[in-house]
Amino acid sequence: MGIRCHAVALLFVLALGPGAIAADQAAPAPRSGIAFASADIRALQLDDFANPGMLWVARGGKLWSAATGRSNRSCVNCHGDAASSMKGVAARYPGVDAATSELLNLEGRINRCRKDQQAAEPLAYESEDLLALTAYVAHQSRGQPLQVSVDAVARPYFARGREIYYRRQGQMNLACTHCHEQNVGRKLLADTISEGHGNAYPIYRLEWQSAGSLHRRLRACYFGVRAEMPAAGSAELLDLELYLAWRASGLPVETPGVRR
Amino acid sequence: MSNRRRFLLSCTALAGTALIAKSTFAQDDSQRTALLREVTGSAPVNVGRVTVDTPPLADNGHSVPVRVLVDSPMTTDSHVRRITLLAERNPRPVVASFMLGPHSGRAEIATRIRLADIQEVLALAQFSDGSWWMGGAKVVVTELACLEGG
Amino acid sequence: MLSRIQVPSAARRGEIIPIRIAIQHPMETGYRPDHFGRRIPKNVINSLVCRYNGLEVFRAEMGSGIAANPLLQFYVVAADSGEFVFAWEDDSGQRGSERAAITVSD
Repeated sequence: MGIRCHAVALLFVLALGPGAIAADQAAPAPRSGIAFASADIRALQLDDFANPGMLWVARGGKLWSAATGRSNRSCVNCHGDAASSMKGVAARYPGVDAATSELLNLEGRINRCRKDQQAAEPLAYESEDLLALTAYVAHQSRGQPLQVSVDAVARPYFARGREIYYRRQGQMNLACTHCHEQNVGRKLLADTISEGHGNAYPIYRLEWQSAGSLHRRLRACYFGVRAEMPAAGSAELLDLELYLAWRASGLPVETPGVRR
Repeated sequence: MSNRRRFLLSCTALAGTALIAKSTFAQDDSQRTALLREVTGSAPVNVGRVTVDTPPLADNGHSVPVRVLVDSPMTTDSHVRRITLLAERNPRPVVASFMLGPHSGRAEIATRIRLADIQEVLALAQFSDGSWWMGGAKVVVTELACLEGG
Repeated sequence: MLSRIQVPSAARRGEIIPIRIAIQHPMETGYRPDHFGRRIPKNVINSLVCRYNGLEVFRAEMGSGIAANPLLQFYVVAADSGEFVFAWEDDSGQRGSERAAITVSD
């Protein structure tokens, strides 16, 4: 939709100063996007049958058991029952891979496993299969509070992510903070501005008529301020994702979320 | 701002809102008649017995929840045969038809539909005696389905 | 086509039971352009039938006005133990089906 509508509306958002860079203390009580959603969206997310995101979770469950790649192995071969082996995993992502020092989100970890363990091709962002597997894995942590590490090896990624969060960008010359910290709860046309957490991803978005990743949503925000959109899976979005996960510390994983 | 100016501005705003409200839902009667005829043939349509339950303000026109409930005992002698959903301002106004019978027990269906504009969602129910009854509910949609590239 | 159904596994004879089905399908309207501006052809699930021990108890004829990833809810009177069978087809001829057993007690 409504990206172009948002563009007009954003012009009217007060562009205050970038604000003091937050101390290393995530906000005491972050509120999930679902708290800003309508009764219908809340009911839809809570209904495990009607929640359209659960179709992707179900698909992910099937893929979990399917042998794939030149190795002809499935996720089950290494990880067994996901409900136990994947519990708590999504709550710790993104995280730095011990072997390569690379920052990986869930999508990146899944593709790394496919390459290293299954000799399979990586799955593209927004592909049905990557959305399904990511949703399935994250869903196993539903209810678990987000708790990512931003110390030691993760520190440089976190610092860059924080810098991105407070950086003015695009034609609108706005930073994430201008909406998601300074105008939370106010209206942007028909939307209520949320705190911008990623705890429910992948989500089913009514506007997309499909499930979609956090990077898809972040790219839409870049578009909204008329900034160049970094590619899904890029270092910039990964750094930002880590910062967002830290900002949301304590919020429960909600995957699959439903948003408008 | 002076009190007088404030008063004048609010009067204008109210009048404006009333005008908008009147025009957004207004529908050419002849168009509706033609659409109903497409569904019911030349059979008359009575207003009543059909309840359409939708949110008055849709989150997104791509997926609007709709529940239709028809007042009927659903016995062999008296039941609803069919419920047809209409969205007059959609590019394809006949959204769906659902076939029921005494084995349904309840003349109620629920689904989610696309709405291409602010409009009244209509539900037509055909009874076992051949009669048609209709109900509707108005929905305001800000993000439109179908014709805005989606 | 991935689908999920919600049918009570047990019911009392005469009980009116809710039945739900959710299908992963884009319900392509035919109005959407692809990244090159070309219209993506219309492809929707146009018919869905539910049979209970062979008897048709619900039929839906649908168009592009039904939202993507369609969700349908309807009701059925529990009669005999047996099976619900769902079958549907889209404009491209792709078919889907699901079944669920039910035990009905007196």
